[in-house]
Order: sequence, then structure tokens, then C-alpha cells
Amino acid sequence: MLHDRDRIFRNIYGFHDVSLKGAQSRGVWDGTKFFIDKGHDYIIDEVKKSGLRGRGGAGFPTGLKWSFMPKADARPSYLVINADESEPGSCKDREILRHDAHLLVEGALLASFAMRAHVSYIYVRGEYIREREALQRAIDEAYAAKFIGKNNIHGWDFDLYVHHGAGAYICGEETAMLESLEGKKGQPRLKPPFPANVGLYGAPTTINNVESIAVTGEILRRGSAWFAALGKPNNTGTKLFQISGHVERPCVVEEEMGIPLKELIDRHCGGIRGGWDNLLAVIPGGSSVRCITAEQAEAVTMDFDALGKLGSGLGTAAVIVMDKSTDIIAAIRRIAYFYKHESCGQCTPCREGTGWMWRVMERLERGEAELREIDLLLDVTKQIEGHTICALGDAAAWPIQGLIKNFRPVIEKRIEDYKAKHARVAAE
Amino acid sequence: MAVRRLNPEQPAQFAFTAENLAWARETIAKYPEGKQASAIIPLMWRAQEQAGGWLPEPAIRLVCDMLGMAHIRGMEIATFYTMFQLSPVGSKAHIQVCGTTPCMLRGSGDLISVCKKRINEHAHETNADGTLSWEEVECIGVCANAPVVQVNKDTYEDLTAEQLDKLLDAFLAGRQPKPGSQIGRTASCPSSGPTSLTDSTLYDGSTIGAWKKRFEESSADAGEQPKETTPPSALASPAHKEQVATGTSPASPANAPSGAAPLHPAALTAMANAGLVKELEARGDGKPLSAGELDKIKSDMIRDRAIAAAGEQAAPATAAVQPELLKEPRGGGAPDDLSLIWGVADKIAEKLHAMGIWHFDQIAKWTPENVAWFESQLDGFKGRVTRDKWIEQSQKLASGWRPESKAGEKPKG
Repeated sequence: MLHDRDRIFRNIYGFHDVSLKGAQSRGVWDGTKFFIDKGHDYIIDEVKKSGLRGRGGAGFPTGLKWSFMPKADARPSYLVINADESEPGSCKDREILRHDAHLLVEGALLASFAMRAHVSYIYVRGEYIREREALQRAIDEAYAAKFIGKNNIHGWDFDLYVHHGAGAYICGEETAMLESLEGKKGQPRLKPPFPANVGLYGAPTTINNVESIAVTGEILRRGSAWFAALGKPNNTGTKLFQISGHVERPCVVEEEMGIPLKELIDRHCGGIRGGWDNLLAVIPGGSSVRCITAEQAEAVTMDFDALGKLGSGLGTAAVIVMDKSTDIIAAIRRIAYFYKHESCGQCTPCREGTGWMWRVMERLERGEAELREIDLLLDVTKQIEGHTICALGDAAAWPIQGLIKNFRPVIEKRIEDYKAKHARVAAE
Repeated sequence: MAVRRLNPEQPAQFAFTAENLAWARETIAKYPEGKQASAIIPLMWRAQEQAGGWLPEPAIRLVCDMLGMAHIRGMEIATFYTMFQLSPVGSKAHIQVCGTTPCMLRGSGDLISVCKKRINEHAHETNADGTLSWEEVECIGVCANAPVVQVNKDTYEDLTAEQLDKLLDAFLAGRQPKPGSQIGRTASCPSSGPTSLTDSTLYDGSTIGAWKKRFEESSADAGEQPKETTPPSALASPAHKEQVATGTSPASPANAPSGAAPLHPAALTAMANAGLVKELEARGDGKPLSAGELDKIKSDMIRDRAIAAAGEQAAPATAAVQPELLKEPRGGGAPDDLSLIWGVADKIAEKLHAMGIWHFDQIAKWTPENVAWFESQLDGFKGRVTRDKWIEQSQKLASGWRPESKAGEKPKG
């Protein structure tokens, strides 16, 4: 088990003082100047060595991403921090924003300095209104203490602004976020050019998740070796896990990467509702990853590689637990509706496909379908997957693929039951 | 996508209050010169707040005019972003019920039934006297506190149908119920109390400045010793020490990856540091050691571990056996185009030829021992044959199948 000393987010539940003074008493803003004085490359190198992989879902190495930023460019550089946390199951950034915001503000300064950016925007999802206010308070405190702003005590001019959305999941996609931040509809851009080259306002930009930025300060203070020693090779450090659904006590908790899912749930959530025998399936990384079966869930560890091997993914480590009372077809149908609702409408396979898949899922839930339609649906998911500008098409396809892969007999039985019932009615 | 249209009835005009106008100017100033369009969402949001929870069409035009944008751009924004309410909402409360799977699993269906029964059968329509309205929204991001509704700026969490009923009564009576969890837990902490963050030394200020030790040690003796030094956790916490001693610590040698798994260099350092605790106790006998002595012990341990780990890796699980090699392509003809294997480019194909591998069927027959032999012949090749599934690909290619692309077809899974 991860020792409390090795936890980065020490006020994640908000039991302690959230103000600057409170944060400082927990070690935030401690030695920030020292690390800035060590130089841009030192910080990037430390983050690289720590093995930190982006916490927004894709798991791209953060230090490597930072190193893509140009070192000398006439245009300004920007850091955009992605707090558009909208993936069903995810609720970690919310806790950072409202309870540990100073870790984020400090991280934003360090990361911006490392990438030679003087301005950073934090894009908070529209629904997080109180969280936005809390973050703004933290930023105001940092300005007042001259920790950030022009001529601050750290010797790197830095402005940090809070921006917000208004209810569009797609804006969590990095290029859609840039479009939204420029005052347009959140429709993803084609890559290349990548944001590090042509990003916000046509200038070099890096987009990072809140959690990736918020851990930077502690990685520097404790050292990359400390972070790299936690977790598993290639899956280092700690991670905020969010467990929802049919566990006894849902919660958000920071744990070591690679913790067995069973240990995570038993230790922090009081186990599965009705015991492990009552478990049906788990969606381990937020709604867009394929679900895993109860059998797999008992053995799997929570890291990018182990879950990837099962055809699923760690995503944002948002664990959605479903016990045997769940209608798994209805649960996935609701996810299909979510993606239908949130498709930005730019690419035809996604705009038309997400609605089509949802309508078929509606019929599958009732059983009002033909058996061959299961394979037809699977085939359509494959035609959407990989054929869109952004990954929303993939995200819409995977949950359904997971359902068909793991629960095909359930769908078949539903269809047969429906047929039997209606054949009887017709005969009567 | 959702179909969203403007309300047929609209007020004649809209103007920001003086206070909101001043706020709008500050907001526009957050963005660089000429990029004021960035402020459109915050400004429209402020307009919606001022207009009583929905965004009238004159407000959309006003915001566009303020930002120098065509009106159609504002219309795009207003219809694209679903938090902009395009028709009037309940004057006392607009209930946004999250209906997405995590909430659905914990009973958001019951909450929707309450809304249908007490407010209106249809979402986005108000009750008879216009005081309440509701809608089902897509994930509010409070999943560990499901099910949840959002009203104005606040969320009401861990709800049941009965509690929502009471909340509605309160809103109708003009009260603002206390937001947050309705079962009395703090934020997303487990309802039985915290299972982590119980170490009080995190909060007494004793962690301040602990990081400095790392740099003092390395500057004291910047000689041959390794760059990275002690993670504070391993030495600072008595509980961690105990875990190290009993072998339950994640960083302790007892739990270190065994077998041929490659060890991360940083993990090696940390293991050494963890072991250092025991070593210190034995050698120091309670007395403080000098920085030089500490570093000596540490670098010894890191070296020992590196040697041990390298030893494990040097003895692979499978012995290398040379596969069948040919001096030249069979029958004096042309070799197979090995670059059709995904992961094999011309350079590697040349190397394969040089080693005596000309045909797909040669690779197709490889055993694990052959793979081990091949990988030992080339630097930096460990695992690539298996990872890129060369053997499966070659079997397919040997049977006459050809990929669409010259680079080959990426193996699935």
C-alpha cells in the first residue's frame, strides 16, 4: 500500500485549509525558485526521468511532450491545461481544482517555465462553477503573494488565466479545446500540424491534463527517482483513482500505479456491493474503454500496460463497477447515447455512426433485433474506429466492442427471449 | 449531436448591467490583442446568468457585437454548447439530472421519474407556474458521488428520490438547500471515513524543506557518486522504514521485479536507498554517519544491485539456437521481399540477407530458441520479433497473402 508520505495530493478531500497558507504548510510552493534556477532543461529532464505518463487518458510521456516545444521561436509559447474533465466516471480534476489548487498553480508555473511559456490558460469545463471559483481564488492568492505575474519572486514572468467551456465533452480533445479557446465551436483540428508547432492562436502550444501538471512540483522536490520507484516500470508514480458504481463506498483516492484492482476496491471502497461473487463487469478507465469481465477484474493491475493487454485501457483511471443486478446492455446503451449526444458532427462516420449505433443498442436492449445484427453492429464499430479526425469515434466504438466481446451470449439471449415472447403472442 | 433551436418568443433587447460590463472588459483583456473572440463563452455565460438562466437571442447578438464577430458565429456557439439554455427555465430552479452510466448505476432513473412527476413530463419545459424545469444532462463529473443533480452553480450529491423530493420542496419555498453530499460525507472521501491521508505529520509542517537534503548531499561530495540520491520517503518515515524492513514496501528489494524483467535505473537507485535504511542501522549503530560514509554505502549498494540485475538479464530464459540459414536464395532465384513484414525495413532486410535469411518460410519456422539467437545477433532487438509478430506475419506471407501497403500490415493486438 502506498504510504501517506508518498501521496502528492494531501488535501484531496478538502479536510484541511485550501488557502495559500494551508497549501504551504503541506509543502506546496516549497523550493519552487530553486528548481526554476536550475533551468528549463533540468525540469524537463527530471519529468522525463520520472517516467510520468499523461494523466488525461492517452498516457503519452509528459516530459517527452514538453521537449517537443521549440526552444527559440519568434511566436509566444502557450501552456493550456485541460480541466475539461467530462469522461463519464472521471471526477479527479474536480478535487484538485477545489482542494489542492495550489499544486496546480505551482505546477503551471514550473511547466510553463520549462517550456518557455509566459502565459497559460486553464480550460475548466462549464459545469465546474464552484471549482472554477476555487481555482480563481488560488490564482489570486498566488498573484498577491507575487508567486506568479509580472516581476514575480521566481524571476519568470508568468500569467495564468482561467477559461471555461459550456458543456461540450469534445472540448477535452486537445485541438477542439484550442478551437473552443479561440472562440469557436469545439471541432478538432487535423494533425499535423501538431499543437507544439501550430497551436493556440497559431503559436507553439502544449496541452496537459490537470493531474499531470499538478504532480510536477512534487516530482522535482522528491526527485524523479522517487516517482519512478513507485508503481511499475513504464507505469510509474501515483495516480488518482475514481471508483464509482456498485461498490460499497465509492470514492476518489490516490494510489500507486499498478495496484491490483481488487486491492484498490477492497481497501478503499469496502469491496463490491454483495461481494466479489456478485461482480458482473468493470469499466476500468472511464466510459470510452472496453469493459472487462469479473474474472479479469480479479486479477488485473491498474496500469496502462496491464489493462492495454486485456484490450481495455487505464484511461483516466475512472473505475465503473457493475454488479450482477446491472443490465449491461442498458449500461452500454447509455454510453452509446452519450457519444451520440457529444459528437461534434464534423466527421461523417462519427456523426452518423454514433446515432446509428445508439439506435441499434436501444433495440438490442429490448431484444428487438436479429442475431445477425450483432455482427453488423460490430462491423460498423470497426468502420467508425480510426476513421475520424479525433478519437471520439474510437471512444464511441470501444464500449460496444467490449460489450459484444464479453457479453455476446447476454445479447443473444435477450433477442431469443424477445422472439419467444412475441411468437407466443402471435400464436395466441 | 443534439438538435437545439432558439425559443420562438424572444425579448426585444438585452443589455449588460454596468457591473457585468466592467467584468466583461476585464475578461476580454485576458486574451491577446485581436483575439477577443476567445471571450465569447464567458461573456455569453454571464449574459445567461443575468437573463435568468437562459440565453435570449438579442444577448447573442450583443455579445457578438462587443467582440467584433459575425452574429452567425455567436449562433454557432450558442447552439453547439449545451449549457446555453435556448428557452426559459424554471424561475426558482432548473434541475439538471445526470443520467450517464455511473449515475444510472446508482439510481438516476428514480431521480428522473421524480422530475417527470413533479415538474413536467418533458425535459426543458417548465411546470404549470413556471417555477421549476428539468433536463437530463451528460456526465456532470461527480461520478464518485452519484447520483447527482446540478442546480445553478451547485451540485447535490449521493441523492435518493426522497431527498430530491425534499430538495424540490425547498427550492419551491425559496430556500437554498445545502449543496454537496446529502448523506453527510465530505467530498469524495469514502463514506466510512478516510482510508488514506491519516498521517498527521503531513500537516504539521515537518515536510517543509525535506527536499533540500537531496541537494545538500550531492553538493557536499560531488565526486564519483551517482547523481540521484535518497528519496525522502525512505528515510523520513518510521512507518516506511518498518515496511522496508518487513519487505512490504513497494520500493524494497523483496518486492522488486524478479526474473529477466529489465529494471528501471531509477528503480535500482530507489531499491538501493531502501536497503540503505537497514545498512545504516547496522553500521551506524545509532551514531550519525558523515556524508562521505553515506555516499560510500549508497554507491556500493547501487553498484551491487546493478550487477545483480544485469546478471539476471544476462541469463535469458530461452537458450539461443541457430535457425536454418541459406547461403543464397533457393534455386538461385530472387529472395522474398522481406520488407513486407511490418516492422522490417530495407536496412533490416539487408541484415537478414547477410545472415542467410532469404525467405518468409524460413522465419515462419522459427522456434523461440531461434528468435533468441536472432535477437542476440543484432543490437537493440530484444523482444521486437515477438512484439511485431514476425513469425505469424511470415506464416501469412509464406502462404501467398500480400498486404496492401509496401510497409506491411500492422499485426493486430
